[in-house]
Amino acid sequence: MNRMPPSVESTQALVESDAIAVERTLAGDRDAYRALVERHSHNIFRLAYRMTGNRHDAEEVVQEAFLRGYQKLGQFAARSNFGTWVYRIAANYAIDRMRQRQKEEARRQEPKAEDRDGMESNPLNQVRDNAPTPERLTQSIELRKQMEQALAALSEAERTAFVMRHWEGCGIEEIAAVLKSSSNATKNTVFRAVQKLRHALQPFVETRGQARAMGTEP
Amino acid sequence: MKHMTEEELIAYREGVAEQRTVISDHLTLCEECRHELERIEAVLAALNTLAVPDPGADYGRQVWKEIAPRLAEKPGRWWQVWFEPRRLAAAGGVVALIVAAFIAGRFTKRHDEPDNIASKEQVRERILVVAVGEHLGHSERMLVELSNAAPTDPRQKEINISAEQQRAEDLLQENRLYRQTALQEGNPGLASVLDELERVLLDVAHSPDEVTPAQLEAIQKKIEAHGILFKVRVVNKELQQRQGAPAPAQNDSTKRERNKV
Repeated sequence: MNRMPPSVESTQALVESDAIAVERTLAGDRDAYRALVERHSHNIFRLAYRMTGNRHDAEEVVQEAFLRGYQKLGQFAARSNFGTWVYRIAANYAIDRMRQRQKEEARRQEPKAEDRDGMESNPLNQVRDNAPTPERLTQSIELRKQMEQALAALSEAERTAFVMRHWEGCGIEEIAAVLKSSSNATKNTVFRAVQKLRHALQPFVETRGQARAMGTEP
Repeated sequence: MKHMTEEELIAYREGVAEQRTVISDHLTLCEECRHELERIEAVLAALNTLAVPDPGADYGRQVWKEIAPRLAEKPGRWWQVWFEPRRLAAAGGVVALIVAAFIAGRFTKRHDEPDNIASKEQVRERILVVAVGEHLGHSERMLVELSNAAPTDPRQKEINISAEQQRAEDLLQENRLYRQTALQEGNPGLASVLDELERVLLDVAHSPDEVTPAQLEAIQKKIEAHGILFKVRVVNKELQQRQGAPAPAQNDSTKRERNKV
């Protein structure tokens, strides 16, 4: 999990500073919104990149989240945390973007589906084919490719739940709010996501583990 | 010894397990489960090696540069939500209904003043009954179609429900307004059914465009569990009966007023 838990004091200071910036923005000071954008862009980018899997979409999500945040700022309750609020807007927009991408990909890749079912669907075939040295580099590239494919194969809800829980360290309630789902259903979605990733990646991870054990990979 | 399930181990690893201590105690004793957990952790550790590119120290400034020209002078206020095109369209529908009810009231039974007030109310209520009846009919059809949806081929991995999803989204807007109107009109029974319907419509509207057979089954089970189709049918039937029923008899006070003349 990469979202480092900040200290209570620093969180409190940030929330208060955000609340002041929100008030000033609402009063017509656009530069106050600039402070909020500069403060939260990196966090939103990290979430967006992990959800969408590519830089271009991630940057679009970041911009759209702040644009939507500005448009809806009047609805933002002062008692809330601006960071969490805009984070949620970004997660929702990233889900929309992923859906759109999946549709585009499905249209583009329809003729290739059978080819993939043949050789590529068996991960062990690929590892064997790419076995010649330098193994380390080949397997790392292969594993990375497989991880990206496994993540892309998750449903939007599963990917969102996994990214928010495993990498961003969000609470189940926070994820449930984004998914518009119950806590139990959200826990189940986290489980399904990890289970799917495990089943897709275990052969690759274990192959690499065995290679390390045999000394063919450091 | 009963081993932990994959679900329990994943929930434990991701920090969402309910019986954390039980699992933890079991893991200290059971080597097999510990090994299984290590295998899960190995996959997650591999996933953690996927790096996120660094957008650069001045990324925030770049984002601001991109969005600043697209920002309005002042951010939106909460009431501006009500002026979004979709909401305006739905609100327009309800306003049209009220206007129709008003005009109908003006032109019916003008000659008879005491009856006129009751009649206006009845016409207004009937128009609302017709509109809600239609809305329930549309909702029922959408839910029936979704309940009967199934993959055409058993090997099919995903089913497209985007049409139902879009319809649910449209119905959701109408449903909110009818529910509010029902509450204002003092009809809590109808408002309650519309409230339940709203939750189901919300679930469908927020489903992905394409769902796996398992996801579709979960949606269908949800519809079934709420018993919403049955409730919608019953209320719709009642509304149809009210549409067909003759105007209610005048109350005693009106009769007494007449007898005075």
